Amino acid sequence: MEEFETPKPPHTNYINAEYGLKSWLLTRDHKRIALLYLGAISFYFFIGSLYAMAIRLELLTPQADLVQSSTYNKMFTQHGIIMVFFFLIPAIPATLGNFLVPMMIGAKDLAFPRINLLSWYIYMVGGLITIYALLAGGVDTGWTFYVPYSTTFSNSYVIATGVGIFISGFSSILTGLNFIVTIHTMRAPGMTWFRLPLFIWAHYATSLIMILGTPVVAVTILLVALERLAHIGIFDPAAGGDPILFQHLFWFYSHPAVYIMVLPAMGVVSELIANFSRKNIFGYKFIAFSSLAIAVFGFLVWGHHLFVSGQSVYAGMIFSFLSFAVAIPSAIKVFNWTATLYKGSISYDTPMLYALGFIGLFTIGGMTGLFLASLATDVHLSDTYFIVAHFHYIMVGGTLLAYLGGLHYWWPKISGRMYPEGWGRFSALVVFVGFNLTFSPQFVLGYMGMPRRYHTYPADMVSWQVLHVLSTAGASILGVGLLIPLCYLVWSMRYGPIAAANPWNLPGLEWQTASPPPTENFLTTPVVTTEAYQFAAPEHKEVVGKFERQKPAGT
Amino acid sequence: MICLEAGYRPPLNRKRTTLTEGLTHEPTTHRALQHHFENMEQQREAGTLGMWVFLVTELMFFGGLFLAYTIYRYQYPAAFATASNHLDIRLGGVNTVVLIVSSFTMAMAVFSTQLGRRRNSVIYLLLTIVLGMTFLGIKAVEYHDKYVDSLIPGQLIPGRPFNPAVAKPGDTDPHKLHLVEGANVRNVELFYWIYFAMTGLHALHMIIGIGLLIVLTIMAGRGRFGPEYHAPVEISGLYWHFVDIIWIFLFPLLYLLGRHLEGHLG
Repeated sequence: MEEFETPKPPHTNYINAEYGLKSWLLTRDHKRIALLYLGAISFYFFIGSLYAMAIRLELLTPQADLVQSSTYNKMFTQHGIIMVFFFLIPAIPATLGNFLVPMMIGAKDLAFPRINLLSWYIYMVGGLITIYALLAGGVDTGWTFYVPYSTTFSNSYVIATGVGIFISGFSSILTGLNFIVTIHTMRAPGMTWFRLPLFIWAHYATSLIMILGTPVVAVTILLVALERLAHIGIFDPAAGGDPILFQHLFWFYSHPAVYIMVLPAMGVVSELIANFSRKNIFGYKFIAFSSLAIAVFGFLVWGHHLFVSGQSVYAGMIFSFLSFAVAIPSAIKVFNWTATLYKGSISYDTPMLYALGFIGLFTIGGMTGLFLASLATDVHLSDTYFIVAHFHYIMVGGTLLAYLGGLHYWWPKISGRMYPEGWGRFSALVVFVGFNLTFSPQFVLGYMGMPRRYHTYPADMVSWQVLHVLSTAGASILGVGLLIPLCYLVWSMRYGPIAAANPWNLPGLEWQTASPPPTENFLTTPVVTTEAYQFAAPEHKEVVGKFERQKPAGT
Repeated sequence: MICLEAGYRPPLNRKRTTLTEGLTHEPTTHRALQHHFENMEQQREAGTLGMWVFLVTELMFFGGLFLAYTIYRYQYPAAFATASNHLDIRLGGVNTVVLIVSSFTMAMAVFSTQLGRRRNSVIYLLLTIVLGMTFLGIKAVEYHDKYVDSLIPGQLIPGRPFNPAVAKPGDTDPHKLHLVEGANVRNVELFYWIYFAMTGLHALHMIIGIGLLIVLTIMAGRGRFGPEYHAPVEISGLYWHFVDIIWIFLFPLLYLLGRHLEGHLG
């Protein structure tokens, strides 16, 4: 490895174009802003992970031996708030999306570079206010802020946390706005809608949810904060208000927010599967439109969070049906990815390992979601560890794995250096094993009746403790699996072998420029003449019936 | 698959036909053109679309409150009519006219800027600012009236909790609440909560809009706009009209709701 080492990539690029803290904090380059986000998101992820570790440690034994129940309430609340609002929602769009959306469509930057930088500052201000609330005394309402507990009874820092989330919501709105406008108006000549990489389609759908959903939760949290201040409000039954209205408004955003987390992940996986199978993606248009379908249907299923909240049974039936319906576009994607693998030249590089892990874990997460979408089953499973396992399969098994896969895949482009492939594959496997060991026992626990948000359980339930011990052991393995990439990615920024412009030898637009790219992304505006994922040169293609395929070798 | 040669020319039916030369812009580059756009047309298109997308967001932001209004209006029609009748329809009506006229002056400001009539565009922008401030002034008077009648919900104002006087049959004191049959005072409080949340948010948007207009007036006065570059005025105009439209919905929902029930007053 030593012989590859040179002090710096020789060409001028976005990293070495300017120096100094000021050049980073005042940058308007989408690539630098993506790195600012990457640093901030890693920080919040680390804090959220600390809470997760404390939770898993407490659950090792049936008694309360690490923390009291009030502290435990704050731990799971803060784990949820940090992970959902400050890691999962911005994770892929604000880092990989910010870096790649302009590059993949052949633009010099996002449409509004200053607003892009502003969104990072808004995110940081919101995040720091939330951190302040955690340090000042924490918040114990659960990340869902259900009224009337959050408005009337909780003695914790609900207003400060609410303000933090309210503010950070605008960063998400501005990112979504920027993506939509950029994709509409900044595509390179020849980059038609159906030549866009599926990563772009996924981010377009995500942005739609961001701009339509986030303002609703913003106004809802604002109303909760005001209700705490005024001691009365529209959710207060004393004035004739309806606490269930809060749940409707909250989940109208927070269910689609799940798709804000997973749609960009699906975009990453579409890229990885096609490119590491070296094959045109199967069913391009179906994958593209299924992203939009998920965004649209995602807005119509929020009521499945209210099955046991006293919602009308007829509303429950409709929401149950629609929740089943939203599984269809998700399944379309899974089938298309699998079909893409068929007869592909698959290489098991680190990003591909993450992508394959995603397909399996997302399928389990999605299928268990259907158990919860069934009215009768949900009565049994609601508020148990089954739900905890289900959404961690989507959020960790789905979003986190795709995020790590994407980070490895584009790392040469982002940093100009290669990561160590052996360590990469090893840690991908450790993450996969650790993840499954952590969360699959929780399905069983939930089925057996262990409720979520409790820090003790009956001491005579030996099987429960065995499952909890397995889960904690898995979490430790998962933790190690996440620390390894942190170490070698930081290491590779300085000591990794210099990456070629196109180390994976792929046709995507972002690979047709230097690594790391110059500030303007492309020295000349690219002109696009074919669809995405075209691996064979035209002279090696033949048309059979209605289909185009690669000519067999030797013809 | 991707041609990076500088000399390549895409088919003629595309908008940006002649602009594939990458870093080098057309020789007649406007000084307001940002580096990442190919030309002024693309920049204007992006800005306008950006504002429309933002307005969609705003619509959803107010949407949560409109939903709350609809639900409680359906649940407590009598209390809502009572509370609505207590609002000052004259001040509300005048404010509606003020805002509609301000939309007209805003449209004229955009028109003048497009034609490059610098003096006119400054005058129209100033008129719009004055009308916007008039609206806020009248709104402040209304808020004060509610404060005097102890109609600010909950304990938002310390020492002045929601505690309106209720009129007995035959009492015509306009400062008292005249309950429509079946109305509960606690539900009246709910109406005022929604009233203050919605008009308060609307007023906040007006203040932001006036701030934008002040910046635009200074820019227009310095001659920054002309026939080639007027997008900021147009885009701010979109925002201003949107804030007006919100009021056009708020006025009937909040002020005109219970007028037909006035006759039933004891």
